[in-house]
Amino acid sequence: MRNWLRSALTVSLGLTLAVIPAGGQTRTYRAPRAADGKPNFNGIWQALNEAYWDIEAHAAAPSPVLELGAAHAVAGGLSIIDGGTIPYKPLALAKKQENYANRLKLDPEIRCYLPGVPRANYMPYPFQVIQGPKYIMMIYTFAGAVRTIYMDEHKEAPADSWMGWSNGHWEGETLVVDTTGFNDQTWFDRAGNFHSDALHVVERYTAASPDHLFYEATIEDPNVFTRPWKISMLLYRRLEKSAQIMEFRCVEFVEELMYGHLRKKPSE
Amino acid sequence: MNHRFLVLLSGLVVPAAVTWLSTMPVAGQARSVGATTSGSSAKAYTAPRTPDGQPDLQGIWTNATYTPLERSKDVTKEFYTREEALEVAKRAAAQEAEQTEPGTVADVHYDFTQFGLDRSQAAMASNLRTSLIVDPPDGRLPPLSAEGQRRAAERAAARKSRGGPHDAVQNEPLGARCILMDRNGPPMLAGAYNNTYQIMQAPGYVMILTEMLHDVRIIPLDGRPHLPPNVHQWTGSSRGHWEGQTLVVETTNLTDKFAFQGSSENMHLTERFTRVAEDTIRYQFTVEDPATWTRPWSAEVPWKKDIGPIFEHACHEGNYGLYNTLAGARAEEKRAAEETAKKKSPK
Repeated sequence: MRNWLRSALTVSLGLTLAVIPAGGQTRTYRAPRAADGKPNFNGIWQALNEAYWDIEAHAAAPSPVLELGAAHAVAGGLSIIDGGTIPYKPLALAKKQENYANRLKLDPEIRCYLPGVPRANYMPYPFQVIQGPKYIMMIYTFAGAVRTIYMDEHKEAPADSWMGWSNGHWEGETLVVDTTGFNDQTWFDRAGNFHSDALHVVERYTAASPDHLFYEATIEDPNVFTRPWKISMLLYRRLEKSAQIMEFRCVEFVEELMYGHLRKKPSE
Repeated sequence: MNHRFLVLLSGLVVPAAVTWLSTMPVAGQARSVGATTSGSSAKAYTAPRTPDGQPDLQGIWTNATYTPLERSKDVTKEFYTREEALEVAKRAAAQEAEQTEPGTVADVHYDFTQFGLDRSQAAMASNLRTSLIVDPPDGRLPPLSAEGQRRAAERAAARKSRGGPHDAVQNEPLGARCILMDRNGPPMLAGAYNNTYQIMQAPGYVMILTEMLHDVRIIPLDGRPHLPPNVHQWTGSSRGHWEGQTLVVETTNLTDKFAFQGSSENMHLTERFTRVAEDTIRYQFTVEDPATWTRPWSAEVPWKKDIGPIFEHACHEGNYGLYNTLAGARAEEKRAAEETAKKKSPK
């Protein structure tokens, strides 16, 4: 038992050292390499936290839908934000609160809309990375969302979109992805945290072990926030041999919700 | 969604009538490269390898074509001459621009050509075939089996019992609902627009991104089993392996809801991707579904190198047309009901 405890402590300490960058300290872990010599992030990954409910700290709470009872109740979770809270401008904070109050009507997830970035990365579903030297694809379960990260054809977003336009490059062990060209329709979570079409996200993916990635994203949007802010979390490899992205074509699931009121009435 | 096409118009569109004419191979070459199933010159090309040793299919491709799946009843040969093919394509392009059959009233619709939606404005995979179906030799779908006929009748009756095409969202075609375009499959066939694909290969996987509906197929190559028989998905369960130069993909676990050309959920699809030239993939597929057809059938269509990038096709997110179609149908019913009421009780 004592030995077990000691090795658990050692492992967790090791992980902490490897994962949390402390004042410019270099990381110790070197990821296996892809054919082009870059860290190999191919695989199926998933966040294991409660940020999809609310990226700020929140206690467990009843489901917003009475009938779902405990099955769809809000799981409590701690903030994934550096400093704990989002630095909203005063008017934007009022809008966030309005979003929260009307979340059943307004949350784009409920309508099966493409989830945007970074939200796609911490929804409670796996996503797969297919990595090549020129492109890195991130393929998400939710709504079949997909991102192409352009590694050598960097350009400005040619049009606004839900998942944005992503240019990537390597900084040693770290994949850095710079994404712009968003529309103003996506949220960060189910709590109404939002942004405008001026959103700029810079993500950093760094392997912390063969089976987990350290993920952080800096979020900038001068229309909504007083300063850039940062989120961080771990992404875990789905290790089951059978792990695969299952189809989640959710449009079908929301049609009655979105268009049911336009059904022809039998009496007419 | 329109942004995507404006961008296309501003920078990327090559008037394809011209491209098509200039890249159209002479008959003999086309037959050996894009058109035959086992031409000897097709074997001469060896695709480069990916670092993990797979034949390299990677890149941006298009399968846009005016060649119909089934051979027109008034055509009796397998291949057109180059001149005939150009004439057929010209006619098809004109018809697509008009968006109507000659002699009928055009639908109220946005102008395809204005938004770069017609095939003639995009890259095309030229092809001398008179039909995509290569087997049966008459280029047409085989007859329905007895079970296939029964199910077709059942489906038609079920459709009728659900009411008119605009009575409810579920009565609208899958494509209009942004769930699955009826030609996106698998099998993967071209529709009117967005016929652009990106293939990427990683160790153990081939990924195909279809621009239409941002559909991604992730095909594992590790020999894992298909999904359990009780699990059905719109695009089924695809498993791949290499046979020499050819990627063979087997798909099962399809749904009754998709019903490709009237197929059953037990359809077994085999697709073959072979890179037969630097800029061409030969795409062949065979459909086995005794619950629908009296015999298996096969089709073939070339995929041609295209230019990227692939844009986000957020179909459902911008689907105002679906809302307006249903709302319009309800408004018409209301107006008709009011008129009837007025007639019944004149002032």
